[in-house]
Amino acid sequence: MDGLFAQLRYRLPGMLRRPRFDMPLAGALLLLGMVGLMTQYSASDLDRDKAIAQGVRLLLGVILMALISRVPPSNLRNWSPWLYFGSLILLVLVALLGEGRGSDRWLDLHVVRFQPSELLKLTMPMMVAWYLNQRPLPPSWSSLGVVCVLIAIPAALIAKQPDLGTALLIVASGLFAVFLSGLAWWRIGLIFGSVLAAAPLAWHFLHEYQRNRVRMLLDPEADPLGLGWHIIQSKIAVGSGGLWGKGWHQGTQSRLEFLPEHTTDFIFSVFAEEWGLIGVLLLLSLYVFIIGRGLWIAANARDTYSRLLAGSITMVFFVYVMVNGGMITGMLPVVGVPLPLVSYGGTSAVSLLAGFGVLMSIHAHRKRVAG
Amino acid sequence: MKFRPIKDGRQEAAVFMRRAVVGFLLIILALVSLGMRFWYLQVSRHEEFQSRSDANRILTRPLAPARGLIYDRNGVLLAENVAAFRLEVVPEQVTDMDALLQGLSDTMGVSEDDVARFKALVKSKRSYQSVPLRLKLSEEDIALFAVNRWRFPSVDVVPYLTRYYPKGAEFGHLVGYVGRIDAADVERLDASLYAGTTHAGKTGIERSYEELLHGQPGYELVEVNADRRPLRVIDRVAPTPGKNLYLSVDTRIQEAGVAAFEARAGSSVAIDPRNGEVLAMISVPGFDPNLFVNGISQADYNALLDNPDKPLLDRALRGSYVPGSTVKPFLAAAGLELGVRKPSDTIVSTGEFFIPGQKRGYRDVRAGGHGRVDLVQSLAQSVNTYYYALALDMGIDRLSDSMAKFGFGKPTGIDLVGESDGVLPSREWKRARMNQAWYPGETVIAGIGQGFWVVTPLQLAHGVAMLAAGGVSYQPHLLRATQDGIGDSPVTMPAAPPGPAFFRNPANWDAVREGMIAVVNGPTGTARTMGNGFPFVIAGKSGTAERYSRTNDVWQHISQVAIERHQVLFEAFTPAESPRIAAIVALEAGHGGGRDAAPIVRKMMDAWLLDQPIPETRFDNVEAAKP
Repeated sequence: MDGLFAQLRYRLPGMLRRPRFDMPLAGALLLLGMVGLMTQYSASDLDRDKAIAQGVRLLLGVILMALISRVPPSNLRNWSPWLYFGSLILLVLVALLGEGRGSDRWLDLHVVRFQPSELLKLTMPMMVAWYLNQRPLPPSWSSLGVVCVLIAIPAALIAKQPDLGTALLIVASGLFAVFLSGLAWWRIGLIFGSVLAAAPLAWHFLHEYQRNRVRMLLDPEADPLGLGWHIIQSKIAVGSGGLWGKGWHQGTQSRLEFLPEHTTDFIFSVFAEEWGLIGVLLLLSLYVFIIGRGLWIAANARDTYSRLLAGSITMVFFVYVMVNGGMITGMLPVVGVPLPLVSYGGTSAVSLLAGFGVLMSIHAHRKRVAG
Repeated sequence: MKFRPIKDGRQEAAVFMRRAVVGFLLIILALVSLGMRFWYLQVSRHEEFQSRSDANRILTRPLAPARGLIYDRNGVLLAENVAAFRLEVVPEQVTDMDALLQGLSDTMGVSEDDVARFKALVKSKRSYQSVPLRLKLSEEDIALFAVNRWRFPSVDVVPYLTRYYPKGAEFGHLVGYVGRIDAADVERLDASLYAGTTHAGKTGIERSYEELLHGQPGYELVEVNADRRPLRVIDRVAPTPGKNLYLSVDTRIQEAGVAAFEARAGSSVAIDPRNGEVLAMISVPGFDPNLFVNGISQADYNALLDNPDKPLLDRALRGSYVPGSTVKPFLAAAGLELGVRKPSDTIVSTGEFFIPGQKRGYRDVRAGGHGRVDLVQSLAQSVNTYYYALALDMGIDRLSDSMAKFGFGKPTGIDLVGESDGVLPSREWKRARMNQAWYPGETVIAGIGQGFWVVTPLQLAHGVAMLAAGGVSYQPHLLRATQDGIGDSPVTMPAAPPGPAFFRNPANWDAVREGMIAVVNGPTGTARTMGNGFPFVIAGKSGTAERYSRTNDVWQHISQVAIERHQVLFEAFTPAESPRIAAIVALEAGHGGGRDAAPIVRKMMDAWLLDQPIPETRFDNVEAAKP
């Protein structure tokens, strides 16, 4: 460990000076961050302090991304189990002595307060990729069993906090790694079938508020002042935006506070209201570009570990967009998943950018084309 | 060794490639479906949502509940809500805020405190919400504003309810005050309940019963125009006012006590020993809580802070007093219960006491000693030697264990925030606090309530009430009943079960009581005149503690002036045969407990008497108190 710190001290300046960025990806992320800040500024009713705070968080994320981009994937691979179990221990700690508003997600380290569940967004795919990398692929039932245990333990702890959104993202990150490792289609089919069959059982274990969210999804108009309020107001915001939108800072839905949580989970509604369908499609294209670039980096990676890790991180990015977009348009239940790099809040932005740091590193160490 | 298939990197890369392509196509498919959903909402159903958005002009406005009133046990009002007016500004409608504030300041005067607070509030609210600038306008202010109104279109005078404490400083500490909600309150309070509320309890009863007093907010559905100007109220759910509280304190006892202090710094607590109801709780000097409600001015606040007598300190709850001889009845009780003494055991007081084998002497109050005394006389004359020997025979461990049973060294758990622990000396305490061993000399002086021993007035009063109740502890409390609204019948709070009884042998209690009766009624008692003309027998004990150690420079300097050297206390209960009130008074400076503190207790008992049935002939126990 001493060696690690010594290396870090020696290399830190260089790491910051010459980040190994994939320029198309970095450019797209920068653009996304700008769009996020602009929407943020409007949604917070031109509160400059809030916009600056978010800008500082994004900057922190970019610095972290630059640092991680200099760590070779082989090091990441060697550290994977340690990082995974370390974050698991923090997660258990937070379950024992965590604090937070409403749900127990935060660990207070005096200097920083953070959610260990955010760490797992990175360490989970690392661990699954590390494990699968050592096993013959496509994975057998027994490998699959081990992976399921690796996923289920932290997912259960996080879902119990209760933070269904993060649990969902973490499960997805593990499953994507398995999918990309080439799990046979018939096995995938079999698993899907049994999950569908088990759905009624899962219903039994959901919290009442989570059940209500699903119920309300089926018929939001039934309770227009209670739980359905979020979805109805969000749909009105999106729908009234029309093709061209109402213009920046002209969205009445958010300014009149009809939209709940309009700087965090429902920021996409603000964006859709102000920029219309054109803006939405452009934003979705930007996301598609980032995902495509991420998968391209994964496909060109040097080894199986890097491939699975990069692929999983990228595909989880898609889950963010899909779950958030589905929620604000009333397609999917209200699950607390932010719109990546646009929603207000530090932890998710930082962990997302850290993930892209891993992608950058994998890109920098891609296999060399013979020639 | 088990056979493991060889990993084929090239093959794995190919599989990954296929999966990545399939995955990307699925992602595109999903995002296209999301895009189509947006198309459906934003193009196909645009008209419908556009009109719903236009119609979406109904805002929910929170309505703050009226705060509950506070009464004493007889229904005397201690805290009420009075109508007042405040100046509010809508920041969005202001083009030049600095010019506006300057203009208002020139017209009717706006303090810098107000402006600072206003600017902080503006940041935390949305720009179209109106923000209070100055509270509690006078008639003159309102008139001035009315004349100049045309100059300030974005400013309005708005009626509101403000808190008023009719009894002022007398109940300043006890009832406490409300103040504007600040950052610390926001952490503590449930935001959904306080959306429309500007004030919350900061100290005293106002703080500890905030939840009961605040009530449930209501809301108003208001239709607004495109500029968010309210057009009409569509629906209104009235707020539920907070509960009215009936405290156990008796204003007459409290007022009589405060007056009897004659502005000397000190504290007094009176408790009904039968149930733990606090009848009076005094801390002198006090402060006017009304100053704090609408924001205290810096000058007023500095005056309170700079006062050497610390008016803001609630002495009853947080004051530190050396109990001195007031602990003697407790020690006597413990000595009897532990079997270390019998009531008839005597000891010879020579004026000085020595620990066997040590040279240092421990003095009696009377030079030359009190002669041979038994338990009753030891209390009546406050004979130190008796208690030096008793403490030494008990040992510090048994002493502090017994005193802990009377509640010393820990908070009483009264329904107020911020009670102090006091200090009950023990080996463990000294080890933890100073990391030092315990010395026998410290046991000796603990026997007369000196040394490390520190009590709060509330603690001592609780101890005396417990003695008076024959050793049964009742949790001291202030809330007697709650009431939903004026006219509803008050609901009495359920009584907490009493603690375990201290005395196993009732005869021990009788002996201690006899000694305490002799203090007030016996020919040798230290408070002989205190009970004159009182229809019930009073039992009591004085305490005179040195404020400074005799080796302290301050003591040397002022040693000539007895009144500056001593902190004096008196504890008493009455009627002696079945006590209904127990009270203590602690004065920070005085000649002696019997001379200075006892008369205050008497005046409070006189006030208490107003409600008591007076016996035909005085129950006379004086004979029994004679040696």
